[in-house]
Amino acid sequence: MRRGTNLKYSLDWTVVGIYLFLIVFGWLNIYGASYDFDQSSIFDFSNRAGKQFVWVLTAVGLAGVILLLDWRLYNYFAYLFYGFVILLLIATIFLATDVKGSRSWLVFGPVSFQPAELAKTATALALARFMGSYKFQIRSWKDLVPLGMFIFLPMVLIVLQRETGSALVFLAFLLMFYREGMDGIVLLLGVLAVVLFVLSIGFSEVPIQENSGTLGMVLSMLLILVVQYVYALFFNNHGREATWLLLSVIGIAAISYVLNIWFPINYDYIAIGVVAASSIYWFIISRLKHNKGYLAVMWITIGSILFCLSADYLFDNVLEPHQQTRIKVLLNMEEDLRGAGYNVNQSKIAIGSGGLFGKGYLNGTQTKLKYVPEQDTDFIFCTVGEEWGFVGSTIVLLIYLWLLLRIIRIAERQNTAFNRVYAYCVASVFFFHLMVNIGMVIGLMPVIGIPLPFLSYGGSSLWSFTLMLFILLRLDAARKLY
Amino acid sequence: MINDKLQNRGTVIKIIMITVMVIYILRLFSLQILEDKYKKGAASNAFLNKTIFPPRGLIYDRNDSLLVYNKPAYDIAFINREIQNLDTLSFCKDLKITKEYFDERMKEVKNRDKNPSYSSYTPQVFMTQLEIQDVAPIQQSMYKYSGFYIQTRTLREYRYAAGGHVLGSIGEVTPKMIENDDYYNPGDYAGRDGLENTYEKELRGEKGVEILLRDARGRIKGRYEDGAKDIAPKAGTNLKTTIDIQLQMLGEKLLTKKVGSVVAIEPKTGEILAMVSNPTFNPALLVGRQRSKNYSLLLNDPIKPLYNRATQATYSPGSTFKVFQALVGLELGGIKPDTRFYCFGRGSSPIRCTHHHGTSITLLNAIEQSCNPYFWHTFRSTIEKNEYGNKNVQFKKSYNAWRDLTMAFGFGKRFEDTDIYQQSRGNIPSTDFYDKFFGETGWRAVTIRSLSIGQGEILVTPLQLANAVAVIANKGHYITPHLNKADSMLTHRHETNIDKKYFDIVDEGMWRVSEFGTGRWYKIPGIVSCGKTGTVQNNRGKDHAFYIGYAPRENPQIVIAAVVENAGFGATWAAPISSLMMEQYLTKKMTRPQLVEEYSRRVTNPNAKRY
Repeated sequence: MRRGTNLKYSLDWTVVGIYLFLIVFGWLNIYGASYDFDQSSIFDFSNRAGKQFVWVLTAVGLAGVILLLDWRLYNYFAYLFYGFVILLLIATIFLATDVKGSRSWLVFGPVSFQPAELAKTATALALARFMGSYKFQIRSWKDLVPLGMFIFLPMVLIVLQRETGSALVFLAFLLMFYREGMDGIVLLLGVLAVVLFVLSIGFSEVPIQENSGTLGMVLSMLLILVVQYVYALFFNNHGREATWLLLSVIGIAAISYVLNIWFPINYDYIAIGVVAASSIYWFIISRLKHNKGYLAVMWITIGSILFCLSADYLFDNVLEPHQQTRIKVLLNMEEDLRGAGYNVNQSKIAIGSGGLFGKGYLNGTQTKLKYVPEQDTDFIFCTVGEEWGFVGSTIVLLIYLWLLLRIIRIAERQNTAFNRVYAYCVASVFFFHLMVNIGMVIGLMPVIGIPLPFLSYGGSSLWSFTLMLFILLRLDAARKLY
Repeated sequence: MINDKLQNRGTVIKIIMITVMVIYILRLFSLQILEDKYKKGAASNAFLNKTIFPPRGLIYDRNDSLLVYNKPAYDIAFINREIQNLDTLSFCKDLKITKEYFDERMKEVKNRDKNPSYSSYTPQVFMTQLEIQDVAPIQQSMYKYSGFYIQTRTLREYRYAAGGHVLGSIGEVTPKMIENDDYYNPGDYAGRDGLENTYEKELRGEKGVEILLRDARGRIKGRYEDGAKDIAPKAGTNLKTTIDIQLQMLGEKLLTKKVGSVVAIEPKTGEILAMVSNPTFNPALLVGRQRSKNYSLLLNDPIKPLYNRATQATYSPGSTFKVFQALVGLELGGIKPDTRFYCFGRGSSPIRCTHHHGTSITLLNAIEQSCNPYFWHTFRSTIEKNEYGNKNVQFKKSYNAWRDLTMAFGFGKRFEDTDIYQQSRGNIPSTDFYDKFFGETGWRAVTIRSLSIGQGEILVTPLQLANAVAVIANKGHYITPHLNKADSMLTHRHETNIDKKYFDIVDEGMWRVSEFGTGRWYKIPGIVSCGKTGTVQNNRGKDHAFYIGYAPRENPQIVIAAVVENAGFGATWAAPISSLMMEQYLTKKMTRPQLVEEYSRRVTNPNAKRY
């Protein structure tokens, strides 16, 4: 057996099979989504299904080329590739034409290309190279700063291209960091921040009583207290302290409710005051019990209060108006079915009307009649939902899950940190795309325009995902050679 | 394998991924299986249910002459959210309307107070019942006005300008009708009065639906499943009425420039042969776009042409009532066939006699001569048969027996089991009525003496009068009068239970009226008829002229009741009109055309316009 050449035995054919299934299924659905009454052939290159056919063929060609190249190249040229892509991103800012407000597309004649898609693979390779070195320590500040820069640099450049959605994808690498030793608390804090944001924005317009504060703030503060209570009771077994906290909170709530009968009280201030007092309480406990954990609880509490207080400000001043409405629509604060809520509502209608088995391939009325905008790109899952029904869309989700779990299995069987980091990068990016794209289509996520891997129409995304996946397969195929 | 101590984190990541996917699958389950509203949303998105209006049932007369049929009409409808870049000026120009009218009409349609079911997603009617020449100019340019489209339906067309009251008309449905019947949508048309109203459910048929596919911009992209799911409209059922249109037209002609009505019934079947009310109108006036204009014109005429005097006007029947009184008196034992009463002519008390005849007088002569005192005595002996009793209890009992038997002729109540659109109840006064007026014991036979000669509080409609004549013609019963020929009403037989032999006496009396009495001037050539005239005082000018009768005497085919308001003698106004109509119906010929012309020219009320 010649070294590294017998792919037949070393290649992960399961992933290849899933890949081929997904791209062909995607191509068929793009034909369905762009299907019209006077429909031309699926191979007609003047329509999107025809073009996607070309992208599918070239992507398979690209996959072949990647598999034939030497596996060492990807490690060797990682930084160079990253540098090249960064230059390309910078150039794009100046060269790109304006497409629906985004300046991320480079146009070469009939073909346009989005360098931001390539940046994910380049960053993944660069991160893998950096983290794969023997000296790397994820908990040392010396290493963390360049690591942050690797991610931050393309993000900023992509935000400058007004492609916020694609920039957010780089947050997915946090999942890989977690696997590589980042404290899990970071992920939990992220979840806490999201929940606090949803609570304080989502209920910011719901008054408790007239002129008595908002449900949003009170619920947020309550959540912080619950976190404190759970930490004290279940992680440290400090039942007495936890009970004291509980009783004081109930007492203060009751007193302020009674006082409110005579003096109008803004419950917001009561709630914030109680939580602020609780952080002092935990500080004292941490001193008495010599427990540093409570100190962290105190800092998290203070941070959360500040976050909640500034959430409104962040929402109103940092987010752009269309982003604000997208979030408001998601949180049911606004039902603007003709405007911002149109996409999501139509998308839910299309999927919901699919029923158990769907309307059958090419029989979807909603997609055929163009009710869902962007239905062959970001909203391609609508077509799946409408024409293949619950059964079909569940199968597609399970196939994606299969792919993700398979990639993690591949990651865990690698012999080098480079390979494993890269594999986790791939899994994280795919997972992020899936979660955000399908979440958006079924109305569980705000509208963030990123494609569904392998299904959405578009050469850039298909090529980039192919590149990403087949570099992994190439590395995996060569792992036994160490 | 390296870095093993962190390998469990791979499992954590797997669990995170699985959790997210499970949440998404549950969400899909709720969207696609549990929730129904998205399926409905999809249908209202993509399907444009275009209503196909069925042709309304035709209406024929009893001899299969077509009376009412359909002509195509066009509605301009719109779906508000599909209107894009409308060139209002050119639209108005094509429709020949003003910009102001356009704005006003749009505002009206969108006003939810007036049009509660307005929605920008559903078709709304902008203009209705346009004729082909109105829509022809816009038809070619319709593609320019996205959101607007033409909807075809039918309008009524009438072969004869007669029978407006009987046939009725169709008009736009009211909000209340929409609320009560799911079948209707705003802008639909339904029978509003007459037969069109009564037989609305049969005549209207069933609407069909053509399901069209509509894309996100509102463009029609074709038919859903090539029309497999379309519902074909079901044409309305035709209606054959009991009306003889020739007789109806003759009646309307004879009543020209007169206020009054004629009702003719076939006694054996209760079929109404003619129901004339004048002033009347051409039913074609209440069709299409000029309907509302004409309707208010008719509504504002002080003589009320829309009012169907045949069924809605109530009169004191006067002397015509005497024949029924004779029967009631005989049956209740107030008189016997050979009872004679004295009559002192103008000197009679308490009721004078207006006729000159010998005395004492028999029943037959009393009918022939219309002797008032005779019928007063009859009435009195009928209701005073058992004296007055304590607190007039016996008297009231007798009065109620009289009243019940009188009402058995169909007086004093509406015909409930019929298809006649609007009727008045009339009035045969109850004891309660008089108790309230005079006090419990404050009234006696003499107090209500006017009733005996059909005056006073008694009120009847011409329809009731004709029906009561049918009882005499049938010798004891009537079949509920009705207008639908296809519906045999023979089971709706109402018996008076008056002995048949008494009818022979009244029949003889009425024959004498026609032969020797007030009817003798207008005998039907070659046909023996029976009749009774009436000349009824009223407080609005000249007397009302009344005639009731039937012919032929043996096996009567037609009964008739005619009223000409403020005309004078029944014998000179109502009798000839009835005679001519009976002749026309029985012989299908007219031997006295000059009499027809003469009466159609006679004027009692110059304001009684024919619309």
